[in-house]
Amino acid sequence: MSARVLGPAVVIVAGLALVPWFVRRDDVLNFLFLVLLFITLAQSWNVIAGYAGQVNLGHAAFFGLGALVTRTLWIAGTPVLLGMLAGAAVAVGFALIIGWAAFRLRGAYFAIGTLALAEICRITVGNVLAEISTLPQTTIAAYRLAHRYWLALALAALSVMAVALLAGSRLGLGMQAVREDEDAAAATGVGALRLKLIALVLSTALAGLAGGAFAYYHISFYPSHLFSPQWTFDAVLMTFIGGVGTLYGPILGAIFYVFFKEYLAIRWVDFHLLIFGALFVAIVLLLPGGLVEGMRKLRGLAEAAALIPDRRRPRPEHR
Amino acid sequence: MTILLQQLVLGVLIGGLYGLAAAGLSLIFGVMKVLNVAHGELIMLGGYGAFWLFALGGVDPFLALVLVIPAALVGGAILYWGLFGWVVRYHEETRVKNSLLIGFGLGLALHALAVQLWTADERSVTTAYGGNVLSVAGISIPVVRLLSLVVAFALIGGLHLLLARWRWGRAIRATADDWEAALMTGIDVRRAYLLAFALGTGLAGAAGTLVSVGYSVSPSIGLEWTLKALIVVVLAGLGSMLGTFVGGLVLGVAEACSAMAFGGPYREVVGLVIFFIVLVARPQGIFAK
Repeated sequence: MSARVLGPAVVIVAGLALVPWFVRRDDVLNFLFLVLLFITLAQSWNVIAGYAGQVNLGHAAFFGLGALVTRTLWIAGTPVLLGMLAGAAVAVGFALIIGWAAFRLRGAYFAIGTLALAEICRITVGNVLAEISTLPQTTIAAYRLAHRYWLALALAALSVMAVALLAGSRLGLGMQAVREDEDAAAATGVGALRLKLIALVLSTALAGLAGGAFAYYHISFYPSHLFSPQWTFDAVLMTFIGGVGTLYGPILGAIFYVFFKEYLAIRWVDFHLLIFGALFVAIVLLLPGGLVEGMRKLRGLAEAAALIPDRRRPRPEHR
Repeated sequence: MTILLQQLVLGVLIGGLYGLAAAGLSLIFGVMKVLNVAHGELIMLGGYGAFWLFALGGVDPFLALVLVIPAALVGGAILYWGLFGWVVRYHEETRVKNSLLIGFGLGLALHALAVQLWTADERSVTTAYGGNVLSVAGISIPVVRLLSLVVAFALIGGLHLLLARWRWGRAIRATADDWEAALMTGIDVRRAYLLAFALGTGLAGAAGTLVSVGYSVSPSIGLEWTLKALIVVVLAGLGSMLGTFVGGLVLGVAEACSAMAFGGPYREVVGLVIFFIVLVARPQGIFAK
């Protein structure tokens, strides 16, 4: 990350960290928590799908495993950060099993494997842990929303920083080469399997941590809900709205998505999934680069029409 | 021993439906290199079609196939023109990727739509003969499920003949083998794609009808059926419809065994194990040529 971006980024994170002292309203903090959690979730999907080009349709599995392990350990008395690390480790472990089997092959195997993992986790966890998971009374009494908010902020900052460092690094460039053309990348000496596995580890570790933050935040939920395909869809949709394979895409996508979702939830409670499903399909077909590409195109158009005077380039002479 | 046999029989009975569900997905994937993960939602819609025909019109579900399959064929053609036909412009890897994403979005939208239209309740078709049970050597076989297995097998056999004998069936197989070569021999590849997609969706409609008779439909069954179909496709490999049917039976029996060995709640886990073993040992699938 260049110093030009790093300065403002530090200021933004520091500013956000101060919010709980000035904003006393829980609804605002809850809303911001959700945006930050979703930035982490979207950015984690972006690593494997956007940078390494491997479509993961079962991201919920890694979120859910992280959440379930964290919740279980935390309620049993383990410090929550330790629980989250354990959760992330379990998520990565499962990811490596699927990735090791699927990445040596091309095509849809990885997507099938992740989808199967998520669905089988959802059904099995629903069967085995059918009862709702609620925090004990003493924990609820000591519950401080600001702590959850700071945790989510730290995770969002961590995930954005990780992707920023990755994007320009040798590792990240290798991943993008694999995404564009695996044969060509392999021919130039890029170890495709190794890079795909590294991307998967980073991606699922972040997803597991995000799940851990959710387990620390949410007071009661059905364990099977942690593996709902909705989590995958949220991550995929936000990344695509913003711009898949870009640093800022998932951030923009998460902000847009949470705002829009809350708005739709007020107006058309029942139809928001239908609208988002249709929106997602439209983006994949018509604007695969999302908002980031859309803005770039708009700027290009505007420059071409000379609506924005471009100082670097002399204006074309009128004939 | 009787319990074991009973479980195995039930496994075979549901396995036939897994095979039918997978056949449509496998046909589309094999020909178009498009993986429609909304296949299970199409099955769900087929199930609702049969349910409403029975609930409102009193149409017997096995007769309803005559209406549901053509409706699903038309629905498949519309989906091809509206969505999946767009991605065949790309080369193979992008095709797979984009179709996965589109199917995923479509599946969630169809799920939400079904909840809106028909609520989240479970429904099933209960005919007058629905409770009849055949007893063979202490093993009870529900008649409707047995009939479903027979119909599923007949449909797969019919599809097999269609692909082997029909002019366009051969065109579909040629396109699946090598679309560029097919194009050079004068085959209208786009039409072969359209036909394959419509046929695959028609099979989903048929599978849904059978699910609504022996089992139940609700808006949320879509992804579960997609999961079963995907595992069967990986297990059986592409290229043989009869192989896909057998793959379905294998998954049904494997689940039954898994349920007996580790308890009912863990019956699904075997699907993941199969996926893993096939990928490591024989990635092209058991029956692939």
